[in-house]
Amino acid sequence: MRAGGGFGLGLSFFLIVVVLVPFGVGPQSALLTVIAPGILWLGALLACLLSLDRILALDWEDGSLDLLATSPLPMEGIVSVKALAHWVTTGLPLVAAAPVLGLLLNLSEPGYKWLIISLFLGTPALSVIGTFGAALTVGLKRGGLLLSLLVLPLYVPTLIFGAEVARRGAEGLDATTPLLMLAGITCGTIALLPFASAAVLRVNLR
Amino acid sequence: MMLQVSDLTIARGGIPVLEGVRFTLAPGQALVVRGPNGIGKTTLLRTIAGLQPPVSGRIDVPPESLVYAGHADGIKATLSVNENLKFWAEVFGQKDYSKAIEVFNLGPLATRPAGALSAGQKRRLGLARLLVTGRAIWVLDEPTVSLDTDAVAMFAHAVRGHLATGGMALMATHIDLGLGEAQVLDVAAFKAKPLADNDFDGAFL
Repeated sequence: MRAGGGFGLGLSFFLIVVVLVPFGVGPQSALLTVIAPGILWLGALLACLLSLDRILALDWEDGSLDLLATSPLPMEGIVSVKALAHWVTTGLPLVAAAPVLGLLLNLSEPGYKWLIISLFLGTPALSVIGTFGAALTVGLKRGGLLLSLLVLPLYVPTLIFGAEVARRGAEGLDATTPLLMLAGITCGTIALLPFASAAVLRVNLR
Repeated sequence: MMLQVSDLTIARGGIPVLEGVRFTLAPGQALVVRGPNGIGKTTLLRTIAGLQPPVSGRIDVPPESLVYAGHADGIKATLSVNENLKFWAEVFGQKDYSKAIEVFNLGPLATRPAGALSAGQKRRLGLARLLVTGRAIWVLDEPTVSLDTDAVAMFAHAVRGHLATGGMALMATHIDLGLGEAQVLDVAAFKAKPLADNDFDGAFL
């Protein structure tokens, strides 16, 4: 947190995207209501993406990653804690800010609850997948572009089901099925990806 | 507790750099690794620390007994000297880090952000980390870079104290630490013969 920048970056990007969309779309509140869940989810996802290269790059540069790798802590634990830290500093503020920004996009009234639920369930997956991407690209100078390209396709299922939950919720439909899928994706990534991240990190440290 | 390296071949980027490396380190002993630049000293130390696998040969070392210190100190610039040491002490399950502060004379700097330290002071903090780990075998890569003569003496004193309590130290260094009892291993003698490497994937893994 004291390292600065990481906390506000994602949040301000989210704010900028959501504030600018109504200007771009024009003053049609009916249209905004329709696209609001998708825009909010897309904004949150891109905001998450923006801060991914900070997860491991700083530790790589100052040598702490080598030292942590030779410490008694298991690598899987290190990457899990890194993902958790990323979620707390990036995902959680996005969840908190989303309802306020939903107001700007004329989100329909039942949609708020589902927007918060879907972001709360979906953003941990974004952080865990992002940590995997960061582990893959950790030794590369300016690996940000490669990181985004690697991570974007992995983000697609979360985006589809997350935005679907928010959309169905906003239209007053039953959102159980996409919600279960979203929860399944999140649980699956949290359970499996730390092992993959730890494995690629070990290879990258050689 | 012993560090025993037998017939070790190590590679950098898929190309063998040293082969047939063998030595034994018993409690209370120090071994200084010497050799020209690029011979593979860092690769040897990283292999022994477990950061990369050896090509062949054995490294016999009790589990959880090594601590590695590389070229970078692993210091968080925004945390204070105290907080940096406290973090590493907790990582290694230790509580007390006052001895490390005392040995490397970091007391006057304890509350300063590590980012505001000079290069030599940062190095001293990086070396003080070794004392808070409570590990017996120190594997040090160029520990004396950017240290002044006083700080080098401080470091030599710390190593001697560590050896006296049954610890071991394996270090790559070019300067004389005044550790008369340390053995010297010149790795130039183990330089690997260039050979055609068929393990194409190895260069990428």
